[in-house]
Amino acid sequence: MQEQIQEVLALTNRWVKRLSREKFSMLFTLVQPMLFWLIFFGNLFQRAADVQVVQAPNYMSFLAAGVVVMTVLNNGLAGGVDLLFDKENGFLERLMATPIRRSSVILSRFLFVMAITGMQILVILGVAFLFGVRPETGILGIAVILLIGMAFGIGLTAISMAMAFSVKSHGDFFSVLGFLSLPMIFLSSALVPLVAMPGWMKTLALFNPMTWVIDAVRPLILSGWSQAIPQVAIAIGVLVVFDALCLYGGAKAFKRTVG
Amino acid sequence: MSAPIAIDVKGLGKAYDGVKAIDNLSLSIYQGEIFGLLGPNGAGKSTTLRILITTLKPTTGTATIFGRDVVQDADTVRRLIGYVPQERAIDRFLTGREHLLLLADLYHLKKDEALTRIDQLLKLVSLEEHADRVAKGYSGGMKRKLDIACGLLPNPKVLFLDEPTLGLDVQSRLNIWEYVRQLRDQGITIVMTTNYLDEADQLCDRLAIIDRGQIRAIGSPKDLKAGLGGDGIWLTLGDPTPQAVEKLTAALKTLPCVRAITPRDRGLDIRVDGPEKALPAILETAGTVECRLDGIEYHRPRLDDVFVAHTGRSMKDELPEPTP
Repeated sequence: MQEQIQEVLALTNRWVKRLSREKFSMLFTLVQPMLFWLIFFGNLFQRAADVQVVQAPNYMSFLAAGVVVMTVLNNGLAGGVDLLFDKENGFLERLMATPIRRSSVILSRFLFVMAITGMQILVILGVAFLFGVRPETGILGIAVILLIGMAFGIGLTAISMAMAFSVKSHGDFFSVLGFLSLPMIFLSSALVPLVAMPGWMKTLALFNPMTWVIDAVRPLILSGWSQAIPQVAIAIGVLVVFDALCLYGGAKAFKRTVG
Repeated sequence: MSAPIAIDVKGLGKAYDGVKAIDNLSLSIYQGEIFGLLGPNGAGKSTTLRILITTLKPTTGTATIFGRDVVQDADTVRRLIGYVPQERAIDRFLTGREHLLLLADLYHLKKDEALTRIDQLLKLVSLEEHADRVAKGYSGGMKRKLDIACGLLPNPKVLFLDEPTLGLDVQSRLNIWEYVRQLRDQGITIVMTTNYLDEADQLCDRLAIIDRGQIRAIGSPKDLKAGLGGDGIWLTLGDPTPQAVEKLTAALKTLPCVRAITPRDRGLDIRVDGPEKALPAILETAGTVECRLDGIEYHRPRLDDVFVAHTGRSMKDELPEPTP
């Protein structure tokens, strides 16, 4: 146990070091989602969005929950990419020839991606705060948002790692990534509430776990506990199933690669 | 060899989607020797190496390192071995020292123990000056030195080197060879893959020639070369008519130093025990039967010849490496 902690900490430390030395990448990772989506989109659609439809004082406070979950989505889906590079250049083989528990590499990646995601969620909520978005459920609500976000992130990171271990080249990986992420966003309640969607899109969005996560985060920001609690409960149920499926698939792909 | 067996491979096979990368491979590697796996790309040497370092499971057969099975007892095997991958396997955002610190944690070394050992290793490969620079700026030779330091960090009983001098300049190659010999002299068993014949020839105590997934020959470079039937003397005749060739062959066959004669283009390939007595005797015989010679060449057999003799092709005809 103590040995595994040593392994996981050392490997996580490596991810942190890498990020801190890729200054540009760090800047974009941290700043891009809130700048692009929250500030630009939030302000751009301020007058186009009908407050009656979005059921929020303004579009940005409606969008905040969507941007939080979109950040989780992007981080999660990209979470496996460093392992893919490690697989391609042989670093993974070097790690696997050492007497570590096979799971340590995976755990370190989960830990790192979750930490980055958590920080980004806080930054986004902070920026939204500057634009006047005050979460109705306060500090405790923010803690719940973090937990739900990370629970969603675990499944997504598992999918990403499964892909990293299965694809033949990183070209394939990025194609699939590009193909997955935008439809996931548009076919969810991130930008528009379900009630405002065309029927067929709404149906598809109901099968998107992201919708359920957003619909739990949104009342935590906009409405308060009484409306949030049932939504959070549903989201937890959805996430338990989602994470179980993703982790199972991820574990299979990992076993196939490293034995 | 009287040394105990370090690595024992029996009937090892690995197939990718039904395609056999290696097939029924058996060999023993003794403690304290430098053992080379020689073959062109795609021959199966990397597959063999990866099974031995426990990162790939064989389809058939077994391999043990100091009696420990690489599949059943992988964790113990991993504590006995060090691995030096090809140069690309370096994290260019980490410094040399950080690579070693990371591995120290993966081998569960204690902090102070790790720090002392890392300082020693950096000194050994003379990389102290560059230890705190990120690896992005390292030259090929420096990366290799770092790789070797990484491989030695766990104080291994067996060190695996994958193409240790691929793409290095001559000076760096010689340095690496020197390190490898020093390590062998300290009692470490060394297993390396290479597709350089001169490297196998000069560095390896014994080697296995692998081609298309099978071992074609195994032994010391000296024995393998001797197995070709001695040194070669090539004669080119001034007038290579069949009668002249036949007459000369018959005469040469009576010489005690001649072991075999085969015809070659415009002349003969004569295998002899050594050039000192054979050369004058051959010249004298040619004079006696009045056969005019246009040229005479003396060849010590090279490993290239061994390779061609056992595989029927030269190292240059490469096949693509199968990947999982």
